[in-house]
Amino acid sequence: MEPTEADLIAAVLRGNAASFEPLVQRYSPRVFATARRYARRESEVEDIAQEVWLKAFEKLKSFRGEAPFEHWLMRLTVRTCYDFLRGHQRNRESLFSDLTDPENDWLERFVTQPEAASENAEAAKLLVGRILERLSPQARLVITLLEIEDRSVKEIAQLTGWSVPLVKVRAFRARAEMRKILAKMARDKYL
Amino acid sequence: MNIAELHKKLVAAARANPPGDHVPYAFEKRVTALLAARAATDPLALWVRGLWRAAASCVAITLLLGAWAFFNPTASTKADDLSQNFENTLLASVDQNDQAQ
Repeated sequence: MEPTEADLIAAVLRGNAASFEPLVQRYSPRVFATARRYARRESEVEDIAQEVWLKAFEKLKSFRGEAPFEHWLMRLTVRTCYDFLRGHQRNRESLFSDLTDPENDWLERFVTQPEAASENAEAAKLLVGRILERLSPQARLVITLLEIEDRSVKEIAQLTGWSVPLVKVRAFRARAEMRKILAKMARDKYL
Repeated sequence: MNIAELHKKLVAAARANPPGDHVPYAFEKRVTALLAARAATDPLALWVRGLWRAAASCVAITLLLGAWAFFNPTASTKADDLSQNFENTLLASVDQNDQAQ
């Protein structure tokens, strides 16, 4: 019979580090999927995932088992991703004149026929990535969690460790920041 | 350009293209090897942890003693006594002369 999650955690806490491996195997897909929302390069994604698991091992004593391990791990993952964003604030000043041809075409299509600009297009995906990269770390985290992952304010508060009113304030500011970036992009392109 | 509409479209695009969840080959082995290597190559970690704890308790004791010295009213009374005694001792000869006259 396969050992349960609680058995594995108890074994790690008793000093059996090998029992940590099945936990890494089981939950790494979620950690990687989350990290890929905040880092573009695969080497950065791996660094984040590795950091998450090293922290998880060090802080495992603080896991009280009241909530599922996955929730605890996701909190750790989101906070590590936020630290990553704060530490890598480069490239935020890239110019919108550097847009690729498919991105420009998608925008043209959006201006002339908004309904014809498909959200499934690769260009739209690249464009949204480019815009998210220009947001401040706080704004990017809030927009990703609230609008892209469709999480509630309460969930975001639990994941980030911020209070509910603080999440609301930051969400308001993040939306304003994103609108400002979109307006700048429109200005750069059409003026 | 309708900015609100563009915002909605781009968010929808991000939702429609969730990132992949594939894990590099033998990633879990790498993590456990790293943990084992860390434990093996860090003999000073215990000392460092102990020293940090000692530093934290020293700071706490310093703060407590500082607060006690600052707020304790008897301390100032004792200081007054000391200055009074010092003055009496210094002027003792003058007082004796006054009384003798």
